[in-house]
Amino acid sequence: MTRRALGGLLLALALTAAACGSAGDTDGASATGEAPDAEARSLTVYSGRSEELVGPVIEQFEGETGIDVEVRYGDTAQMAGAILEEGDNSPADVYFGQDAGALGALSNNGRFQTLDAELLERVDPPFRSVDGHWVGVSGRARVAVYNTGALTEEDMPASILDFAAPVWGDGKIGWAPTNGSFQAFVTAMRVALGDDGARAWLEGIQANEPKVFENNTAIVEAVGAGEIEVGFANHYYLYRYLEDDPNFPAANYVFPNGDLGSLVNVAGVGILDTAEHTEEARRFVDFLLSAPTQEYFAIETFEIPLIEGVETAAALPPLESLQQPDINLNELEDLQGTLDLMTEAGLI
Amino acid sequence: MASATLLPAVYLVVRAADTGLDSVLDTVTAGRTLDLLARTALLAVTVTATSVALAVPLAWLTVRTDLPWRRVWVVLGALPLAIPSYVGGFAFVAAIGPRGLVQGWLAPLGVEELPSIYGFPGAWLVLTLFSYPYVLLTVRAAVRRLDPSLEEASRILGRGRRATFWRVILPQLRPSIAAGGLLVALYTMSDFGAVSLLRFDSFTRAIYVQYRASLDRSTAATLGLVLITLMVVVLAAETRSRGRAEYHRLHGGGARTPPVVPLGRWRWPAAAACAALVAVALVVPLGVIGYWLVRGISAGEPLRLTGTLIGHSLVASALGAGMAVVAAWPVAVLAARHPGRLSRVVERASYTGYALPGVVVALALVFFGARVAEPIYQTRTLLVFAYVVLFLPQAVGAIRASLLQVNPSLEEASRLLGRSKAATTWSVVLPLVRPGALAGVALVFLTCMKELPATLLLAPTGYDTLATQVWNATSEAFFGRAAAPALALVLLSALPMAVLVMREVDRPDAPYPAATKDGDGADISSGLSQAVVGPPT
Repeated sequence: MTRRALGGLLLALALTAAACGSAGDTDGASATGEAPDAEARSLTVYSGRSEELVGPVIEQFEGETGIDVEVRYGDTAQMAGAILEEGDNSPADVYFGQDAGALGALSNNGRFQTLDAELLERVDPPFRSVDGHWVGVSGRARVAVYNTGALTEEDMPASILDFAAPVWGDGKIGWAPTNGSFQAFVTAMRVALGDDGARAWLEGIQANEPKVFENNTAIVEAVGAGEIEVGFANHYYLYRYLEDDPNFPAANYVFPNGDLGSLVNVAGVGILDTAEHTEEARRFVDFLLSAPTQEYFAIETFEIPLIEGVETAAALPPLESLQQPDINLNELEDLQGTLDLMTEAGLI
Repeated sequence: MASATLLPAVYLVVRAADTGLDSVLDTVTAGRTLDLLARTALLAVTVTATSVALAVPLAWLTVRTDLPWRRVWVVLGALPLAIPSYVGGFAFVAAIGPRGLVQGWLAPLGVEELPSIYGFPGAWLVLTLFSYPYVLLTVRAAVRRLDPSLEEASRILGRGRRATFWRVILPQLRPSIAAGGLLVALYTMSDFGAVSLLRFDSFTRAIYVQYRASLDRSTAATLGLVLITLMVVVLAAETRSRGRAEYHRLHGGGARTPPVVPLGRWRWPAAAACAALVAVALVVPLGVIGYWLVRGISAGEPLRLTGTLIGHSLVASALGAGMAVVAAWPVAVLAARHPGRLSRVVERASYTGYALPGVVVALALVFFGARVAEPIYQTRTLLVFAYVVLFLPQAVGAIRASLLQVNPSLEEASRLLGRSKAATTWSVVLPLVRPGALAGVALVFLTCMKELPATLLLAPTGYDTLATQVWNATSEAFFGRAAAPALALVLLSALPMAVLVMREVDRPDAPYPAATKDGDGADISSGLSQAVVGPPT
C-alpha cells in the first residue's frame, strides 16, 4: 500500500515537473528562438539589485522600446564575480550593481566600455566613475534615524563624529557593523580621516555600548520601538515604516555641511566590454537616467535621483540638504582595509 | 562523472595559481587563516558531536523502545533537514535574538534583552538543529538491522543492559554514526547561511567576504584549497573510524523482530525530550515563517507564490536527484564491489563539491561553463550538473550502503544461469538496492530544493525558483513576501522524505528485510550479509 503511495507520489511529482518543465521550455524558446531582427533587439542585464526594486523599471523599458530584456538577479558581488569568471564569453551586456565598490572592481579589471559623455554628464562627478566606465543611477544617503519621542532635531549633533562623545553612552545608539552600507561609510571615514581617525571613532562608539543589529531594517524597527534613541542607517528604510504607519515615531536626520555621516552611495550601471548589444545597452542606460525612471526610484523606492529636475517623494529629505562630503565614490575601493580594521577592533 | 566532481578543485588551483606560489603560501600561513581553520574545525567537531548525541538516542528510542508515538517522532525528527539554513538562521535570530520575539513576550516581566546568540553558540545551535537528521537517518537504518542475537549473547554472558549497549550495540552502529557524522561535518564546513546570519567567522564566511570585499578571487581560491585540505582530514578520520573494526557477516538466522525495550517510568520523560527537540528544531522556524506570513497578509503584501516557481523548483530538483543517483551508481558499485586504493580515491573525490561553499562550486562552473561548455551555459542542464557535483556524496552513500547488503553470490548465480551483466544489474541488483536508491533520491531532492548560490548563478536567466524568490524578498528585508515561498519550499522538499520515512515505519522493524511483508529480494541475501552501513574490511 505504502509503496504504491510512494510510487504514486513520485510519479505525480515527475508529471508536475514534466508539465511545468515543458511550459518553461516554450517560454525559453520564444525568448531565444526568434527572428534575427528581433534577436538583435534584445539585451541581457546582470543585476545585483533585487527584482523587488528594479523589476517594474525593466518592464517599463521593455514596453517602451520593444527590446526584450533578460535579467539575471543575484548578489551584487557574486554577479560581478560571475562576469569576471565568464571572461570574453560573458552573455551580459549590462551590469547593474548596488554599490560603487563592485562597479569599481569590474572597472579595474577592464570589463567596462567607456560610456558616452552625454550619458555621463547627466550625473554629478562624485557619483560616476572617473574613467567614465560606470554611472550612478540612484543614491542612498547615510542618516541618523532618531526616535521622535526621545529626541528632537535640535538634540542631534552637527557631525556623526560627535556620537563618540560619552553623552551618547549607555546603549542609546544602534548600529550594524556587518552591513555593507555601513562598511562603505567606514571606508569613506578612512579616506577622510585616515585609519587612525576611523579607528578612534569606532572605539569611541564602542565605548558608548551601542546595540548591534543585523541590518538597517532592524535598526529602524528598534528606533521606532524606542529600544534605542538613534541608529545609523540608510535613509530609505524609514519610509517603508511610515507608509504602513504614518505615526511611526521616527525621523531621519541629515547631517549638515557635507558631514561624513550623510555620505551618499550609489547604485550604478556600466556596459560590458564584451557586450553584443551595445546600442540596446546604451538605450537602457539612457532610460535609467531619464526623468520618469529617476522619478520611479525617487517615489517608489525612496532613493535619491541623480539627475536634475526630478520630483521626489514628499517625505524624502530635500536634495539641497544633502551635501555630499568631499569624497569621491571612486575612492571607496579599499573595503578590504576596512574589514581588516573592523576585525581588529572586534566589530565583525 | 567522478572526475567532473573535481572541476571545482581544478578551478581553485587555476585561480590560486594566478597570484603565484609566494602569495598562496602567505595566505595559507597567515595568522588569520590558521585562526579560521581552528574555528571552522572546532565548529565542525562540536556540531557533529552534538548531532550524534541527539540522533543516536532518538534513533534508538524510535526503533527499539516503547516510546509513545514513535512514528511521529521519526517523521518530525527528520524534517528539520528540509529547512534551509538561511531561513532557519533568520528564524532563530528573529525568535531568540537579543531583542527577538521571545524577548518581546518576556518584556512585561522586565526582560530587556536576551543573552546574545551571535558567534559560536548560535552557529553551533542552528547548524546542529538543521543537520542532526543526517545522523538520525543513517543510524536509524543501522539500528533497524541490528541482530538481536548478539545482544542476547552479551546478556546471557552476564553483561548488564548498559554495558551491552556500550560494548556490543554502539560498536555495531559506529560505521553509520561515522557516515552520518561525515555529512554533518562537511555540511558545517560549507554552510554559509547560518554562519553569516549568526556572525560566526568560519572559512566559508571568510571566502564570501573576500569575494564581496574585493572580488579577490585568488585569495578566496586559496582559502577554498585550505578547506579542501580540511575535508581530506575529515574523510581520513571517517575512513579510520570505520576501517579498523570488522563487521562480520552473520550466518543466516530466522527473521526475528528484536524485543521492544520497555522504558518504564522513563517513557514519558523520553517523549517529552523528543517533543522539546522537535519544538526547537521545527516549531521555531515554522512559527517565525508563519508569523511573517500573517503579518505580510495583513499588510497586504503580495504572496509571491506561483505555479511557475514551484514547477521550476520541482523540475530542477527532481532532475538533480535523478541524475545524482545515476551518476552515483558506478561510484557506489566501485566502492562496494571493488574496494581498493583507486575506488577509495574516486569515492572520496566525489565529496569535494559537497565540502566547498556553494558559491565556489557555482563560480567554478561559471568559469568552465562560459569558457568550455558554452552551449549548455545558463541552461537547466548545467544547473542539474551543478546539483550533481554538489550533492553526489549523499546519493553515493545511500546506494553504497544498500549494495553492501546484497550478497555478491546472488549476482554470480544470475551470471552462471546465463544472464548478461546488464540484465543481472537490471533484474537482480537494482530491485535489491531500490530502497537505498530511493532514500538517496529523496535526500538529494530535498537538498537541491533549498540550494541557493548555484541556482542564482547557473540557472537559465529568468528561471526563478522558490529558493531564489525567498532570497529575492529577504535580501531587501521584505519578510512578508518571503513567507509563502519559504513555507512552500519547506513543505514540498520534505514531502518525499516524509513519505519514505513513514513507509519505513509502516513495516515491522526487523533485523532482516526478510521479515517484511512485501518480501524485497534483499531478504535472501541479507541473512548472510548482515553488514551494517559501511564496507567490510
